[in-house]
Amino acid sequence: MISLKPDRSKFPVAGDDGQLIIDRESGQFSELFLGPVHPGMTGNMSLEMLIQGDEIMKAKTHVGYLHRGFEKLMERRRFIQCFPICVRIAVPEPDFNEYLLAATIEELAGIEVPDAALWMRTLLLEMSRLQSYLAWIGGQGSSFGLGLIGQWTIWARDLVLDRFEEITGGRIYHMHMPPGGVRSLLPEGFRRRMTDTLDTIEQVMKDVDKALFQNSVYKTRSVGLGYIDPAMVDRWGVTGPNARGAGIARDVRKDYPYLKYPELDFEVAVGKDSDAYTRADVRRRDLLTTVDLIRQILERIPDSGEFMAKVPNVLHWKIPRGETYKRAECTRGEYGYYTVTDGSGYPRRINVRGPSYTHAVTLLEKMIVNVNLADAAGLMSSLHTYPPEIER
Amino acid sequence: MQQILDALKQSVMIEDVRKQRDDLVFITVSEAQAVSAITHLRDRANFTHLVILTAVDWLEEGLFQLTYLLNNPAEKKDIGVRVMIDREKAQMESIHHLWPAAATYQRELREMFGISFPGSPRLNETFILDEGWDGPPPYRRDFDTLKYSEETYFPRPGRSTNDPAEYMKSMLYPEVDND
Repeated sequence: MISLKPDRSKFPVAGDDGQLIIDRESGQFSELFLGPVHPGMTGNMSLEMLIQGDEIMKAKTHVGYLHRGFEKLMERRRFIQCFPICVRIAVPEPDFNEYLLAATIEELAGIEVPDAALWMRTLLLEMSRLQSYLAWIGGQGSSFGLGLIGQWTIWARDLVLDRFEEITGGRIYHMHMPPGGVRSLLPEGFRRRMTDTLDTIEQVMKDVDKALFQNSVYKTRSVGLGYIDPAMVDRWGVTGPNARGAGIARDVRKDYPYLKYPELDFEVAVGKDSDAYTRADVRRRDLLTTVDLIRQILERIPDSGEFMAKVPNVLHWKIPRGETYKRAECTRGEYGYYTVTDGSGYPRRINVRGPSYTHAVTLLEKMIVNVNLADAAGLMSSLHTYPPEIER
Repeated sequence: MQQILDALKQSVMIEDVRKQRDDLVFITVSEAQAVSAITHLRDRANFTHLVILTAVDWLEEGLFQLTYLLNNPAEKKDIGVRVMIDREKAQMESIHHLWPAAATYQRELREMFGISFPGSPRLNETFILDEGWDGPPPYRRDFDTLKYSEETYFPRPGRSTNDPAEYMKSMLYPEVDND
């Protein structure tokens, strides 16, 4: 009978310094690049892997393929000019960039945002979360060889993008939350169309549940893959669904309430097994929570009222010297903006904390050791890495 | 928050405290005491989550400001530890032994600001500027992006620039003699 377990005696051993002794002349090892262009991945990032057989011995993350220097570019632009730039940092959900940049500027300049604008911002952020999760499920499915799931969820995501287009005029980049408020309130008949979209998404999710989450191929490959020890969460900077999958109920929406989240009723989805399957399940439940949250918001969001605070002339706007940090919960974890102003009309420094920064470099390089080559893409997408927020 | 700062003052000289919000305070400590202050906050006061580590270039004052933003997940509080270091001797003690993820931040700061962190793993490997950058650290204030792009790139021949107002007038109302 053929044993399916690998023969461990042939694997390299660690030397005195803890590093594996790799004899490259032996012909047992090969070096392989995964990426920078790979269909299972949003954005461009590559993994330089050293493999033996089909098992990964070690890997290095290479980023920089999407570096456009946004943080530097924003330093020589006026605050309002930063808006079209900052959204480009995260294509899957650009609204968090707009909100956080606006929120830090409002805090430093002391601007009160009207109530209707807060509701509108909450709605836009939740819609953004919804479409990002739908795209992620497609990515997770296709990196495990289930390409059909992506066709369903990307279609459902397009319906959400249609609703975005109704409100903001844009599908991917919306630029709807300048400092001071939002650009408009809900268009006529939006509630009915959004409710229809949510109903459709719930139907799609029922199919996804059957085809992906109860699929024996997916379960066999993802259960036990990429275990994160709960003790690692703080030391390795793990946030968001990756931490919640490890049983640590951390959600910025609950812990550091912003916008209208304190007035909404929701539970944080927490898993306990901390593998790729649990993380996917946490994200699925989080998606359904988001659907519920949007329903609650639609019931309470005002149709009329003040939606823009009075801001100074944006072309001559100077903000006094100061610094602040604001965070929000995006689909990948804690997203934050650290803004420093120096009293001039330009920001001194804007630093973006993308959750992938810690997930995709230090954590992934540690987790990918001894993973089968075929599961590398699935592991990467299970951490929900997104490269441009690493290199900004 | 005041209790945490009082306990920290027992061992570290805090030069400046600025309260931004109820849950966010920025403190300034000296370069020599920074790592012991951060270690104290992590081990004694439960600030176990390193949120960001970044630098701000105060070119006019000849200083780099390093900001270590630490978060206490249990009490839901943040402390920003600010350290001012000399711009000419840009060097700081590494904290990769406290958080492995800090090594990545330090690698980025080394590449983008030219701040050295002796002992930090893989510090001199390129991180973002992977394809042979030989200019100065690009995130320093004295690196002018506009000047660099004007010197490095040039407009493709055959392209022309139009005055937007005049161009739109001629596009929208071609029948009117625009001259």
